[in-house]
Amino acid sequence: MSEPILVLDDVTRIHGSGENAVAALKGVSLTLHSGEFVAVMGPSGSGKSTLLNLAGGLDRATSGAVTVEGAALQTLSRSALAQVRRRHVGYVFQDLNLIPSLTAAENAALPLELDGRSPRAARAEAMASLAALDMDRLADRFPDDMSGGQQQRVAIARALVGGRRLLLADEPTGALDSETGDAVLRLLRQRCDEGTAVLLVTHEARHSGWADRVVFLRDGRVSDTAVYALDPVAKL
Amino acid sequence: MSIRHGILALLSEGPAHGYQLKADFEQRTGGTWPLNIGQVYTTLQRLERDGLVQLSDGSDQPGDRVVYAISDTGRAVCREWFSTPVRRTQAPRDELAIKLALAVGAPGVDIAALVQGQRSEAVRTLQELTRLKITASDSEDLAWLLVLDALVFQSEAEVRWLDHCESRLVRAAAARDQPTRDQPTRDPAVRTSRQSTSDENEVGAR
Repeated sequence: MSEPILVLDDVTRIHGSGENAVAALKGVSLTLHSGEFVAVMGPSGSGKSTLLNLAGGLDRATSGAVTVEGAALQTLSRSALAQVRRRHVGYVFQDLNLIPSLTAAENAALPLELDGRSPRAARAEAMASLAALDMDRLADRFPDDMSGGQQQRVAIARALVGGRRLLLADEPTGALDSETGDAVLRLLRQRCDEGTAVLLVTHEARHSGWADRVVFLRDGRVSDTAVYALDPVAKL
Repeated sequence: MSIRHGILALLSEGPAHGYQLKADFEQRTGGTWPLNIGQVYTTLQRLERDGLVQLSDGSDQPGDRVVYAISDTGRAVCREWFSTPVRRTQAPRDELAIKLALAVGAPGVDIAALVQGQRSEAVRTLQELTRLKITASDSEDLAWLLVLDALVFQSEAEVRWLDHCESRLVRAAAARDQPTRDQPTRDPAVRTSRQSTSDENEVGAR
């Protein structure tokens, strides 16, 4: 099997200290390879968002190790960590976070420009990423002139621009109707089948159906894992 | 729903013989409800007896398969079926609901594990249904996709209900374990009247 894209090894995250210490995550281990789609489910406060933030280097583990594309995040300086985030990690959030004054192409190119790429090279990569999601025809539109589903496609294109292989999605369909939400999940699945590793946090069980593995978090621990088994027709 | 409504609905699209009806029904519903050919012919004979279908022209030739066509009365019954909302009457006999109800208070049963085991099973079902959706075509398998969506939403509803049960159970356990000022105890056998009332409410609200 290929090198894993994301590894969480016995990760614990404690907020506060002494009597006020609260363990948000307790000894969680999780590995994602290229082409794997993992969904994380659990009630509010179970540690879902903490897990996603640690996986993306937005937060640091109290103990344990987080490795993204071979880089051990806890050993990196702030600038090196920011570079790993820019180059290897894409995020898709519920509230899209597209910049309204930038076109679809400019939004998608932004992470590369922030990483020092020339505007021309960044735009070429952005157009390729938009094309993969069938959005290159709307490259010069502003977010306000697009539907919610189209905006989410741009957000996914931005998340995966420049060959990033780790996509972290936090309730990415929250603002969309069920049919459009389904289309977004279908896109994530397609990106996954082409080699991206997707870690999806969701409270909608319907969406977890798209994943290869579903991890249930309870009080900061993995309480169970549901793995997709082959031969679905036989069970109907 | 009975098979007769399904057969009438298919015949409302045009005359057909028994094997064709069986194949069409299973194709539309993706095999979720396999029909026995004997059942199909028995139903057709009853429908003919009741005047809802009739033998189609040309089907009385020797060696031909018997082709049935819907009658005007049958068309009216079919229209009425489509226009009448489906009433759900199965809830009280849902095995899972009954199992959970009986698990409350049953000695040696870990309800949290029962809930989680069922949730994982429902999610695995969702994974399987989603793979079937991925392989279906929007244009060619529309009827099958509608059935799949129904199964997906039913499984999702089950997971949401299990999440809700779990929260309720956690709250009930916390209320049981909460020592009162008068009688600080964790022994479930020695409950204060307030705790007992709380527990009864939990059971009653199920």
